[in-house]
Amino acid sequence: MSTRRLVVLGLVVSALVAGVLSFYASGHPDGLTFVAETLGFADTERSSATSGSPLAGYTVSGVADARLSGGLAGLVGLAVVGLLMAGLVLLLRRRAPRSED
Amino acid sequence: MHVPDGFLDAPTSVGTAVVSAGVVAACLVRSARHELTDRSAPLAGLVAVFVFAAQMVTFPVGAGTSGHLLGGVLAAVLVGPATATLCLTVVVTVQALLFADGGVSALGTNVLLMGVVAVWVGYGAFRLALLVLPRRPASVSVAAGVGAFVSVPMTALAFVGLYAVGGAAPIPLAQLAAVMTGWHVVIGVGEAVITVLAVSSIVAARPDLVHGARGRLPALELRTPETVG
Repeated sequence: MSTRRLVVLGLVVSALVAGVLSFYASGHPDGLTFVAETLGFADTERSSATSGSPLAGYTVSGVADARLSGGLAGLVGLAVVGLLMAGLVLLLRRRAPRSED
Repeated sequence: MHVPDGFLDAPTSVGTAVVSAGVVAACLVRSARHELTDRSAPLAGLVAVFVFAAQMVTFPVGAGTSGHLLGGVLAAVLVGPATATLCLTVVVTVQALLFADGGVSALGTNVLLMGVVAVWVGYGAFRLALLVLPRRPASVSVAAGVGAFVSVPMTALAFVGLYAVGGAAPIPLAQLAAVMTGWHVVIGVGEAVITVLAVSSIVAARPDLVHGARGRLPALELRTPETVG
């Protein structure tokens, strides 16, 4: 399998996971939050400085449909992570390229 | 295990940020010099994207609680630990800044926990497991599962350690350690399953791209009329 094919396949799988599968994610609080609630330090949490972001909570504010909202948020996140990584890797390869082993 | 703002006090948050920044800087150098190649570079991007996606899918682990993939060992086995730290740092940073998942003042903490501890402790466990497993490509997936399983409760314990230093509330540490470890051992099982599935699929498709499989693949033999005879 060529690298290109592998990457495309991986991106498709990731898009399905972030765009579709995420809708079925458990609504329960994650381990840390659950422990905080159980042991009584959950109320020390302060809301994040970015909690006003239109994508906060993995939903797109202004999109009413829950599936669409969540799926879109996931895909935006994928795109941002992908672009940042592409830029980072390009930068690193240019600064310190090493020969193929 | 995204730590929100407020759980840890300011000096601890600053301290973790300083430590993380230093480790990330070192990983930038190490990744560029020893891990990233033109061939494997696309995999680094894919790994970060996949980890971001997978972290969105929380799975139930017991009545009332859920877990999600950390992805540190998955990344480390595929692209190397230094590159994995970079991948996880990008993921965690995007999560905090764009999605308010994990506090902004807690970003250093979350990078330290998920990008450094999970990656490097898990990778260490992976390498130890490889030592005792047969020298075959399949062992890479098994060892990755071991490393992944270990990485989750160890990261939870690291959080307990940070809480001991600068936790906002006077929680008995033994109790916090017990409860955190207990749940995160269970979550570690999920981590191991996902990691094994992901690593084994890449090992099956392109074992030459897998950083953790180096030295475990049959050497290519150059066949010339002399060697073939």
